[in-house]
Amino acid sequence: MMEQLPALQVVLPLFSALLCLLIRNKTASRLFSVAVSWGCLAIALILLRTVQETGIISYHFGGWFPPLGIEYRIDLLNAYVLIIVAMISAVVLPFGVGHWGLSIPEGREYLFFCAFLLCISGLLGITITGDAFNVFVFLEITSLSSYALIAMGRNRRALRAAFTYLVMGTVGGTFILIGIGMMYLETGTLNMVDIANRLPLAYGSRTVLVAFAFLTVGVGIKLAVFPLHHWLPNAYSYAPATVSAFLAATATKVSYYVLVRVIFTLFGAAYIFETLRFHVLLIPLSLLAMFIGSTVAIYQTNIKRLLAYSSISQIGYMTLGLSFASINGLTGGLVHLFNHALMKGGLFLVLASVMHSIASNEIDDMRGLGRKMPFTMAAFVLGGLSLIGVPGTVGFISKWYLVVAALEKGWYPIAVLILLSSFLAVIYIWRVVEIFFFREPAAEKSIKEAPLSMLIPTWILIGGTLFFGLQTEWTAGVAGSVANFLLGGLP
Amino acid sequence: MQWLGLWHYWAVIILMMIGLYIVIARDNLVKKVMGLSIFQVSVIMFYVSTGKVEGGTAPIIPEGGHDLVYSNPLPHVLMLTAIVVGISTTALALALIVRIQEAYGTVEDDELNAIDGAAL
Repeated sequence: MMEQLPALQVVLPLFSALLCLLIRNKTASRLFSVAVSWGCLAIALILLRTVQETGIISYHFGGWFPPLGIEYRIDLLNAYVLIIVAMISAVVLPFGVGHWGLSIPEGREYLFFCAFLLCISGLLGITITGDAFNVFVFLEITSLSSYALIAMGRNRRALRAAFTYLVMGTVGGTFILIGIGMMYLETGTLNMVDIANRLPLAYGSRTVLVAFAFLTVGVGIKLAVFPLHHWLPNAYSYAPATVSAFLAATATKVSYYVLVRVIFTLFGAAYIFETLRFHVLLIPLSLLAMFIGSTVAIYQTNIKRLLAYSSISQIGYMTLGLSFASINGLTGGLVHLFNHALMKGGLFLVLASVMHSIASNEIDDMRGLGRKMPFTMAAFVLGGLSLIGVPGTVGFISKWYLVVAALEKGWYPIAVLILLSSFLAVIYIWRVVEIFFFREPAAEKSIKEAPLSMLIPTWILIGGTLFFGLQTEWTAGVAGSVANFLLGGLP
Repeated sequence: MQWLGLWHYWAVIILMMIGLYIVIARDNLVKKVMGLSIFQVSVIMFYVSTGKVEGGTAPIIPEGGHDLVYSNPLPHVLMLTAIVVGISTTALALALIVRIQEAYGTVEDDELNAIDGAAL
């Protein structure tokens, strides 16, 4: 049983998704998928434990030894990302148990949970696998199910958002496929460890260069790196509220993981940053993402759109951390992965509760809402403080590492820019907090506090932003050892 | 033989560019999906063509013979999966288009933008 856990991590949600189709009853399928997501979290926790104690786990599918068979290879990096995905799904799925009408189409609830579980298994699969082609397959499972989930939004614009995402996502996925094909041409293997061993022999070749270009652009579309982010604001704004929370907290994180894997495991940091000087491209793009994302966020009237643009700027912080190619920089990027999942997940859940109470995402409709729903809106304020990076919240930890990394390299202007972009976050968060708490409510409607089944998941995530802001051993500690492990070859 | 060796790559690249161009330049959503399919097919052809080994035969061991040169079967097998992915994507895209047609009454991107009032 224990040695089969790596396979179960993916197979459990995959087959449960099919079972959801058979269950059909909406309450039963919801409880079932909640149980499955908790099972996934338990498996992910055990896997992290095992990796920390005994080192890398290598699972051979069907008993075929790599490189012939497919290998699931779990090191500290993907164990860490597995936890993020499993944790967010375990918190988001039970959100609002006992309350329907959360923009899940009526009569099709079991299909919603089926797609949701498929999405989870795809994300876990991308993370856990050690086979390059497997990454593509799971990526498409994730993408197809997330297009379907986004299209379930109530507004008809959700359909167009899903279509735009489908077109861009397919182009991105196909680019990744081309990149994998070229790596296969050059190395004759699909196993990631094998590719990593054989690629150095081919470093001069143009095929490797083009493979890297295709992989980066493909992953970049999925990750919504600055000029490729076009699909993200609409997809997040019009998707059902819980789907926004789930995708914002996991999908881009897993894409970031793929980028880290490609750069640090497959191609090697020395080749990417010293020979190709990739950071010369990535740092300006990250900085542009940080500033343009935040600036556009200031002008939004729809609060989900505001958070979506803020996500684009936060992704900029993550790619910035990666492009330092130093221990502190990479730690900052990786710890922000976890931290951003906590705070964006929490903030989107707050909006899901608000949606439940007032059926609107327009900031104007939320005037004075802080008085009617104090617990929900207090969670928003704390999540917002964390986005800004106030000491005592997780946002501070990530930014601390990034600034330290910038100072280490002697890139002082970048350190200043990181701090300046935080001020933009102050503006867009304060603007909405002011409306929530210091404006008179529009009309005396009977708006009640969100039910407990919504408050508890929200506060688990928001409480996490405070807890891990003070207790950094588990997040920054793990992220730090991952960074050490990935940069082992660099001085 | 050099130009022949490169020839199939040119075919793939031309097909790929046709597909991408249709995705970008056409306003009709169905045509966009067609372009997307052409784009995916070009990659499938790229993979399959890389499996070709000069003078190679199908990878089946005939009775008694084991000195044969075989074509590489792996890219073909990978593409079976990619074809399935391509079909699912096309099916999902067409399903979305049907619902867009129901909700908006049109599948032309410029008209949809006019209805939504803002560039998506």
